[in-house]
Amino acid sequence: METDAVKAAEPAAPAASPAPGGGEGPLLEVTGLRKYFPVHAGLMRRQVATVKAVDGVSFSVDRGRTLGLVGESGCGKTTTGRMIMRLEDPTAGSIRFEGREIATLRQSRLRPLRRDIQMIFQDPYSSLNPRKTVGSIVGAPFHLQDIKTEHGVKRAVQELLELVGLNPEHYNRYPHEFSGGQRQRIGIARTLALKPKLIVADEPVSALDVSIQAQVVNLLEDLQNELGLTYVVIAHDLSVVRHISDRVAVMYLGRIVEIADQADLYTRPKHPYTKALLSAVPVPDPAARDGRERIRLTGDVPSPLNPPPGCPFHPRCWKAQDRCKVEEPALADEAGGTPGHAVACHFPEPAPEAAPVP
Amino acid sequence: MSEPVKDTSGGSPFLDVRDLRIHFPTDDGLVRSVDGLSFTLERGRTLGIVGESGSGKSVTSLGILGLHHRRNARVSGEIWLDGKELVGADPDDVRRLRGRHMAMIFQDPLSSMHPFYTIGAQIIEAYRIHNAVSKKVARKHAIDMLGRVGIPTPDKRVDDYPHQFSGGMRQRAMIAMALSCDPELLIADEPTTALDVTVQAQILDLLRDLQREFDSAIIMITHDLGVVAELADDVLVMYGGRCVEYGAVDDMFHRPLHPYTWGLLGSMPRLDRARTERLMPVKGAPPSLINLPSGCAFHPRCAYADRTGGRSQTEVPELRVEPETTHRAACHLDVAERRRVWETEIGPKL
Repeated sequence: METDAVKAAEPAAPAASPAPGGGEGPLLEVTGLRKYFPVHAGLMRRQVATVKAVDGVSFSVDRGRTLGLVGESGCGKTTTGRMIMRLEDPTAGSIRFEGREIATLRQSRLRPLRRDIQMIFQDPYSSLNPRKTVGSIVGAPFHLQDIKTEHGVKRAVQELLELVGLNPEHYNRYPHEFSGGQRQRIGIARTLALKPKLIVADEPVSALDVSIQAQVVNLLEDLQNELGLTYVVIAHDLSVVRHISDRVAVMYLGRIVEIADQADLYTRPKHPYTKALLSAVPVPDPAARDGRERIRLTGDVPSPLNPPPGCPFHPRCWKAQDRCKVEEPALADEAGGTPGHAVACHFPEPAPEAAPVP
Repeated sequence: MSEPVKDTSGGSPFLDVRDLRIHFPTDDGLVRSVDGLSFTLERGRTLGIVGESGSGKSVTSLGILGLHHRRNARVSGEIWLDGKELVGADPDDVRRLRGRHMAMIFQDPLSSMHPFYTIGAQIIEAYRIHNAVSKKVARKHAIDMLGRVGIPTPDKRVDDYPHQFSGGMRQRAMIAMALSCDPELLIADEPTTALDVTVQAQILDLLRDLQREFDSAIIMITHDLGVVAELADDVLVMYGGRCVEYGAVDDMFHRPLHPYTWGLLGSMPRLDRARTERLMPVKGAPPSLINLPSGCAFHPRCAYADRTGGRSQTEVPELRVEPETTHRAACHLDVAERRRVWETEIGPKL
């Protein structure tokens, strides 16, 4: 944490779950990451306020694993992903990739980094240039990085197309000739071109139809198994995140409020917000309609321009007490709780007595 | 065009759609967006229409409201709303029904509200078209409606512009607008798709409460099977402009009879079950409506199409009521075989 310019109040990064082989530590380690956007107003464009989009986020991702970042719109999950990609410059904090600090790398040093960290975008319609053929879209990374391929770029691109389940003969087609799901596959092929180690996927399936969503989720899992990829998946759909992630972090107003292994988080949520989120997901079983315990939050997520003091969740929390209004809870493992299950709450939920859903 | 005709047969359903076809002639060919759709809906009940993009669900709802332009769309079949036939009716008559007897909630409230007028002005306008009241009374009604849908301090927010509302509040305002004339039929087209889950839950609760209060019939159009399971009494699954399965919500989720419905259920990761190793999606992509596959439109994506002796490729399957139920499905595969496949192969894996 040599380069960490953050105030000392920062909670320690939650302990990483043990890596599955390869003991070189986590592939990605984020500590105290912050992004403040200034708000300008008036004739002199004076800065009148600050939007704390991301306000002290820490997590780590082991090689070959998937971290899911969930939260509602405006919680800072996308900004966090963009900072890992260095598409946004962090205001403070550290991002260590393979042990190397990348949060402060100069723009000119970023291009080599792009070989290792790649991104999958949400909208397969706006992330592909409509005037370029599939061949030149997927082949662009080779040219940009000046990489020599053994049998030529065309052959490499066709292999990539095959890998993501597209017909390699469609090399000369344009994006508009493909359906939404196929376009997302083209984007994934481009992402894989440089054999990245880490892929940041921002809502990779939310623009797709249900049946296509499942195909792309399966593809992402296959690629992970085949190529040993590490994912940071950013999504608002809690069921997709549960399916795809090993570890899940729940964000609220620029902070992580709870982080745990997937099974732990979904069966034993400790933060009231996590619990409310989970109970709000509609269950595709009409028989469960009446029997389910529902927590209904009132109101909307507060504006990050003017976050509430103390715990950011307290105005919507049914358990809030005076302490929550003044003192912000730190993200920490609970004494006696499962190791690696950290929660930022003064009054975390007790473990349920009933056995988890079979 | 003739006056809307009164249906003389007493116990006819509140909404009765019979063999509805909505076709669009284009330069590339005839797009059969809706091709022979029939269903009924009573007051106080909710019908969920499920399907992927391009399956014809939104075109159906716009067709019921009479919002397709006659120059672009060829609409045929019958739509009976409370004893009045709408397909052949005078557009002016249908317009008078719109708002008062049937209303719609759109997916994206920001693009379906006018940015230049206040929320209040837009509700007041709709209310005064159908009710001969003063502006003052209408304004009071607008404030009342905003309060009913859970907007805090409605007497102040009534003068706000749409951009001053958050996404969830805008959707509430939209619902307030749709309900301002107390319509008997409410069509909600993906009303929660653009919203966060906690807000979605609030809106679904609101729709449920308002339905109880107003006894309205609701058509809920969505691709989210979770939303359908929460709200619907009956479910209709659309594929390629046709209905492939139609039945009570319990049957659809616990005893579905169409391979496409199985695919939809297998595609969604579920929070209420143990995590599955792998999702079981439908292979391939939805078909083009201009060039629908021959026979059963689903056959190129169906894992069971080779068990029908070639009929799937040549013959369009009829929507048949399964014996001793109200459950309908359009599939060539023998129903006993489908029950067996669901119970032994598909159901246990979900």
